[in-house]
Amino acid sequence: MQLDVRVPMGWLFLVLGLILLGFGLIPNQAMYDQHSLGENVNLHWGAIFATFGGITLLIARKAKE
Amino acid sequence: MTSICSLPILASAGGFSASDGASAIKLSLAWVDYLIISVYFAFVVGIGWVLKKHLKTSSDFFESGRTLPAWICALGFIGANLGAQEVMGMAASGAKYGISTSHFYWIGAIPAMVFVGIFMMPFYYGSKARSVPEYLKLRFDEKTRGLNAVSFALMTVFSSGISMHALSSLLSAILGWNYDLCIIISGLVVLVYIYTGGLTSAIYNEVLQFFLIVLGFLPLVLIGLKDIGGWDGLMQNLGLYSEAKGMPGAWSESWQHMGHAADNPMGIEWFGLMMGLGFVLSFGYWCTDFLVIQRAMAAKDMNAARLTPIIAAIPKMLFPALVILPGMICVALMQRHTGDVVLPLAADGSPDYNMVVPTLLSKYFPNGMLGIGLTALMASFMSGMAGNVTAFNTVFTYDIYQSYFNKKASDAHLVKVGKMTTIVGLLVSALAAYTAREFNNIMDMLQLVFGFVNAPLFAVFLLGMFWRRSTGHGAFFGLVTGTLTALVFNGLTLPAGSATGIKGGWISVQYTFASSMAQSFWMAIFAFTGCFLGTFIISLLTKPNRTHDELRGLVYSLTEKPKAEARSWYARPAVLGTIVLGATLVLNVIFW
Repeated sequence: MQLDVRVPMGWLFLVLGLILLGFGLIPNQAMYDQHSLGENVNLHWGAIFATFGGITLLIARKAKE
Repeated sequence: MTSICSLPILASAGGFSASDGASAIKLSLAWVDYLIISVYFAFVVGIGWVLKKHLKTSSDFFESGRTLPAWICALGFIGANLGAQEVMGMAASGAKYGISTSHFYWIGAIPAMVFVGIFMMPFYYGSKARSVPEYLKLRFDEKTRGLNAVSFALMTVFSSGISMHALSSLLSAILGWNYDLCIIISGLVVLVYIYTGGLTSAIYNEVLQFFLIVLGFLPLVLIGLKDIGGWDGLMQNLGLYSEAKGMPGAWSESWQHMGHAADNPMGIEWFGLMMGLGFVLSFGYWCTDFLVIQRAMAAKDMNAARLTPIIAAIPKMLFPALVILPGMICVALMQRHTGDVVLPLAADGSPDYNMVVPTLLSKYFPNGMLGIGLTALMASFMSGMAGNVTAFNTVFTYDIYQSYFNKKASDAHLVKVGKMTTIVGLLVSALAAYTAREFNNIMDMLQLVFGFVNAPLFAVFLLGMFWRRSTGHGAFFGLVTGTLTALVFNGLTLPAGSATGIKGGWISVQYTFASSMAQSFWMAIFAFTGCFLGTFIISLLTKPNRTHDELRGLVYSLTEKPKAEARSWYARPAVLGTIVLGATLVLNVIFW
């Protein structure tokens, strides 16, 4: 059985999302004011990345069953 | 496009080359950015490593064993095309030409992608040819295959080298990284995952790269739009920018200013755009370039192969929002004159539009997302390199080595040659990168020559697939005629404001075009016409070299049409293709 591409893809986005989420939890409003119009993009997009990765892994698991 | 045939276009359309102006932008990375880049590289290399045990035959290495589903092939198809010229070059073009840049997608890609899926994939896939040059051998003769194989192999390593140079120049300019180290690391990463996992590894990584580029650049567009005051704010500022440039509305309307070359920033009129870009160049790339066709040929069955380019056309249709909008946002922000967005200057003192993406990354992405944005940027460069290297190792092994040096090579031997060719291909790419760095004029000259060779190519495929009377001599000498036509055309024309020489006019300036893009499009039209007429006339004057039985599966009129099986509408190429074309037409009308 060849590797399902959704498995590495899901894990990659889950890991990247969690890294961003973790970094986004560190308070640093000055950085966000300077760069992203005050929005904590690390927190928001970390959640989006992790969710995308998790859903991809679930789909891969479902396909395997 | 990472297309070879479009390199000359993109050079004039703001195709990427890191200039000295890049040094004005400095990005400062934190530990989290390095962690993100490292995690991505680990996954990329890991995929090749995991796939290693599944590689048993040459078909596995070069063709993915023809086992992949349509959606993976489609994302590979689009991912292989998402190189440096796409992400960096199209953002630059978005700044230079506004929404007219969408013509490279809605006219210059989608119709050709639907055409190749519905009409041409049955011949490529059904003939069991392992490469596009091999199809030419089956349809025409050995000399036509040889000409195409050698020119294609040279162009792919050259193109891979350009990506390598652009990536290393950019990283050394904006991050202060060592140029040599960037060449070594990017080359090694691509080498490891192709050497170990073959085409499957390249396609799997292209799928990852596709999603990373989409999710990496989407926040950039959304934050930029928010900053400029939404869509209305963008249009308002682009309107002011267009007026300041003396072309009211030209940056926010795609067709209304195409009546005359002088009325739009691209410097091209509608006929040259439709025929040059929309027909000759786009069909020449999407329908004949093995770099993308190879992804469709890896599909598990005929229907999946036909669906591949059509499914790929769906994200391609929406890509202007991701790659052109940043350029438009950048000039709109510059129009506000608040000084918060300033592009570095190019050598000639004009804004360096190639720096649009790094400028916006620097402005909108804090550490963390900056790592994601940079990783997406690196992914785009590396997918361009990997796409070229996999196409190169296949064409070299099957169409040059096995055809001319070792006809009886065993399957295991071909895999070994393919792996060695991957190493050689990347070494030659690195050599091309250093050549580009030291001798820019040589690279300009090579791009020009490749433009001459590529422009007429589609005429031969069109006649080969749809006219059974076309002959091997006709195809070969038709290609030569088309190339010579392009050469003479270049010698007789010149873009406005250019000196005679590599830009043209070296015979005698008989016509001056409003822009080098207009010259490229019209050169393609002339080259196609020369090749078409040459192939047609010489075919009529020579005897057919293939019997009807030999042409079955290679020519439209002699091939059984694919049966319309009882499938869902979305799994039927003709239905899905029609919907995609309809949606593209709607987009053209909306942004008229």
